[in-house]
Amino acid sequence: MTLYALRLAIHYDFARPTGAGRQLFRILPAETPGVQRLIQSRVILAPAPAERLEFTDFFGTRVIEVAMPPGLTRLDLVLEAEVERARAEPELDMSPRVAALAAELADWRDIGPASPHHFRAPSRRIPPMAAVASFAAAATRGARTVQEAVIALGEALHDHMTFDAKATEVDTSPAHAFALRRGVCQDFAQIMVGGLRSLGIPAAYVAGYLRTRPPPGKPRLVGADAMHAWVRAWAGAKAGWIDYDPTNACRAGADHIDVGFGRDYGDVAPVTGMLRLDGSQAGSHSVDIVESVG
Amino acid sequence: MDRTAQDKAGGGAPVRRDRGLAGYRPLPGVPDELIGPDGALRPLWRPLIGHVQGLSDDDLTRAFGRADQYLRDSGVFYRQYDAGQSVERPWPLAHLPVLIDEADWTRLSAALIQRADVLESLMADLYGPNRLVAEGHLPAALVTENPEWLRPMVGVRPRSGHYLHFVAFEIGRGPDGNWWVLADRTQAPSGAGYALEGRVATSRAFSDVFEGQNVHRLAGFFRDFRDTLLAMREDREASVAILTPGPLNETYYEQAWLARYLGVALVQGEDLVVEKGHLMLRTVSGLRPVDVLWRRLDGSFADPLELDPASRIGTPGMVSALRQGGLTMVNSLGSGVVETRALMAFLPKLAPHLVGAPLAMPNIATWWCGGAAERAAVLADPGRMVLSPALGTGLPYDRQGETELAAGLGAGKLAQRLGRDGAALVAQEAVTLSTTPALVDGRIVPRPMSLRVFLARTASGWQVMQGGFARIGAAADPSALAMQRGGAAADVWIVSGSDVPAISMLAQPAGPYRRMAPGALPSRAADNLFWLGRYVERVEGIVRLLRARNIRLVESGRAAGPMLKAIDPIAESYGLDPAQGIPDGLIDTLAAAIASAGQIRDRFSPDGWSALADLDKTARRMATRVTPGDDAARALSALLRKLAGFSGLVNENMYRFLGWRFLTIGRQHERAMAMTGLLAALADAGAPAGALDLCVELGDSVLTHRRRFTMGTSRETVIDLLALDPMNPRSIRHQLDGMMAQVNMLPGASEYGQLSDLGRAMLRCQTEVATETPETLTTEVLDALRGRIAVLSDLLTGAYLR
Repeated sequence: MTLYALRLAIHYDFARPTGAGRQLFRILPAETPGVQRLIQSRVILAPAPAERLEFTDFFGTRVIEVAMPPGLTRLDLVLEAEVERARAEPELDMSPRVAALAAELADWRDIGPASPHHFRAPSRRIPPMAAVASFAAAATRGARTVQEAVIALGEALHDHMTFDAKATEVDTSPAHAFALRRGVCQDFAQIMVGGLRSLGIPAAYVAGYLRTRPPPGKPRLVGADAMHAWVRAWAGAKAGWIDYDPTNACRAGADHIDVGFGRDYGDVAPVTGMLRLDGSQAGSHSVDIVESVG
Repeated sequence: MDRTAQDKAGGGAPVRRDRGLAGYRPLPGVPDELIGPDGALRPLWRPLIGHVQGLSDDDLTRAFGRADQYLRDSGVFYRQYDAGQSVERPWPLAHLPVLIDEADWTRLSAALIQRADVLESLMADLYGPNRLVAEGHLPAALVTENPEWLRPMVGVRPRSGHYLHFVAFEIGRGPDGNWWVLADRTQAPSGAGYALEGRVATSRAFSDVFEGQNVHRLAGFFRDFRDTLLAMREDREASVAILTPGPLNETYYEQAWLARYLGVALVQGEDLVVEKGHLMLRTVSGLRPVDVLWRRLDGSFADPLELDPASRIGTPGMVSALRQGGLTMVNSLGSGVVETRALMAFLPKLAPHLVGAPLAMPNIATWWCGGAAERAAVLADPGRMVLSPALGTGLPYDRQGETELAAGLGAGKLAQRLGRDGAALVAQEAVTLSTTPALVDGRIVPRPMSLRVFLARTASGWQVMQGGFARIGAAADPSALAMQRGGAAADVWIVSGSDVPAISMLAQPAGPYRRMAPGALPSRAADNLFWLGRYVERVEGIVRLLRARNIRLVESGRAAGPMLKAIDPIAESYGLDPAQGIPDGLIDTLAAAIASAGQIRDRFSPDGWSALADLDKTARRMATRVTPGDDAARALSALLRKLAGFSGLVNENMYRFLGWRFLTIGRQHERAMAMTGLLAALADAGAPAGALDLCVELGDSVLTHRRRFTMGTSRETVIDLLALDPMNPRSIRHQLDGMMAQVNMLPGASEYGQLSDLGRAMLRCQTEVATETPETLTTEVLDALRGRIAVLSDLLTGAYLR
């Protein structure tokens, strides 16, 4: 178990006072039994919103809903949280052959939030992509199990793509990012989700935070202390979900703190509404994750 | 002597025309509404057919003409999409109604009420525990991959306790004479308003028969549903509104019509805002609560924040308001999911689980090709199967290009297709619909038909509209039903053996009479009224300017040069090409007026709308042939008269409340701006000779000038009459006085004696003009004044129209 102090600060400056607006924030670390525990958290908004409430969305992500008063010229949001995260334990591969998934899914009758059924079909931001599908098929040719296929595709993508924070934007389609062979964690994750779905493996997009701990003599992980995204793949009834981070070609572990999952970025975007986390509104954000001494 | 008179003058028995009845043959293997299995005319139809046979050709034409005229006069339209263009079309009324016996209708109604209950409890399961999937009655993918299953609505219990309040079913008679459900409509069923308008039109064509036969009335259905909508409010001060996607929607006309008929507001997504869990309407008097919303917008568009982020016609926070129980929505968001075609394959098996009984009326046989047994069934008998998207909605034959005949693929290809895309496909038995008589070229012929039946949930449970509309095919082929491809719509008469109650929409309340307060005016409606006023006035100014130019062209020929030099820059500032007889810029301004009026169709009398549409049509026709000079001058005079007609209708008939104030302010503002500009250009020392007279002519004040001043025009007389004289309805001063009076009557005009920003700016403008003299009101002062008047529009917009 690792204990973290997480701090997220988002700041906006508006050139012209903005009108009243409603915003959703998906930034609170999730409560995942056995994996992640949210010990405490608080979110401060300045100036104070006209309305503020919280709800849990379909996929179980906690959402902070605020209505901002008109006439804003700046907006600051600060999240401070204490999170406990389990170390990644090497697991036995209990997943079936990829071809056997279809039969398991046919018998799977639950359609609750974590049901694989939500993550089989193309979604709004991840439509069918022929190039990604053939890449995925080639990358997983030698894989004997679903888990092997997930890792094989993740590693292949990591080799194929270059991390480049300037190449893409939040609305860049995964097909385009794949053609560019460049992008950020959002692009890596959405491309991999699309690839897995094309193989018949249900795959979700996970949003969260990443802590960077440069190992001795090795470079820091890309996207150091940042908002992050990775992939959650369904490896059959027995193995369940496995998390994989294609940006860093590793299983998600103690350095990953998850906020929530959905079909694609749109389901778990950190900021939804008139405000966005990039581009036009001169927004900036920073993430700090510090290991605290328990 | 016309033929009717001849008929009458001939004496003796009236001439009976056969009208093709002797040769009328039901299609083989298909039941017919008119002729029973015994080959005899069904007794139900005798009065109507007898009546039609008794009419001369001219009388029949006149009867149909009365119906068509009614629809035209009421402006009953629907929108048709054709080669990427969307155009308004008159409602295609098939003049002969479809007659259905009350006993048959009663059975059918009971079955449809049961189906509505089945769908309601299906909704409750899909947005609740999802027991049907968990127990294996329904494949998971039909739910999880369904774009109409709106995840944010899962677990949100509707405040009213019900998901469905208003549904429609498309039904047809199968070969055995029994009714079948062809499609369920639960998203936002359209057509109820058209059904009522079709009824009025048809009863005008056949008033004698209609009165003589006991036909059930429709008004009671609407009255009860309106009362239900009102009763579902938790806040009695709050209002009921119809949510429309806007004027480009194919049934916008009907939505505006229903809003008028039911006396509720017609709103668009941008008119609404969510505040503290409640839905509020932006009005010129501030935010006003809306507690019940009849949604005519597809669910996923309703909230860009939690549903489709690309929607530009939704309201951010709508889902949040529903989650907090802040309103009742008819039907609840996500109700489109139970329209899914593939569900028809499962409903027969689901019904016993949901309502404890099998379906009382079957739906068309449907196979979801995601199952191996179903695929085998389709492959075994492809001849009668139509393939279409499993998650599609509506009638399969309405969506050409979406459907294909299974047999048309060939066995090998079909097997391949089903193996690959099976889960995305349904196979449905090709429909063979019953026929009903239609009059084609004066002869009665059988045509396929289907019925759309409407059900509303009222305090006493589901109520079935005693009628509806029938879709009549343009040819014997049942796929010719679709209106987009030449089908027609007929009224449906439910004929009783005994008297039917007469019902009026306007129930008399008990107790002493109290005048109701007029409702709040939505800001968007006020904005459109303001701009309608401005555009109509602008059109008038343009027409006068162009007429004056063309008259000078005719009267002075080449000598008109200097005057044209003065006029043309003004014309060009309006975006007009003065070389055109009826310039495109005039048509464009008129189109802008129509667009504004179209946004507020629910506030317009059909007469006002017709006058505006007529003006537009006339101008467009003229534009194609009118040449500059005398021809144009006369055409423009004709347009001016039509404009006066429209203005008169508005002025004489419009209720003197907030809406009228914004329209008036718009007109006066535009007129003040135009006159200030004209005087700055034409009463300037540098203007050519004759410019002052032109000014007086454009200000429609020639007679007044002659009467007020015994001399010819001078700068002083013209400025006095057209700028400063408060008695001249064309003067700047008169506009500002009028605007001031209206602005003072607007909500929040002054708080404890303190004027609003608009009120202050208004008063300054008015005072300035009131204290000028012809000598001091120079061109420079006019230019500055024009700028200050322009700002009034921005202030008004900021205060009321956003």
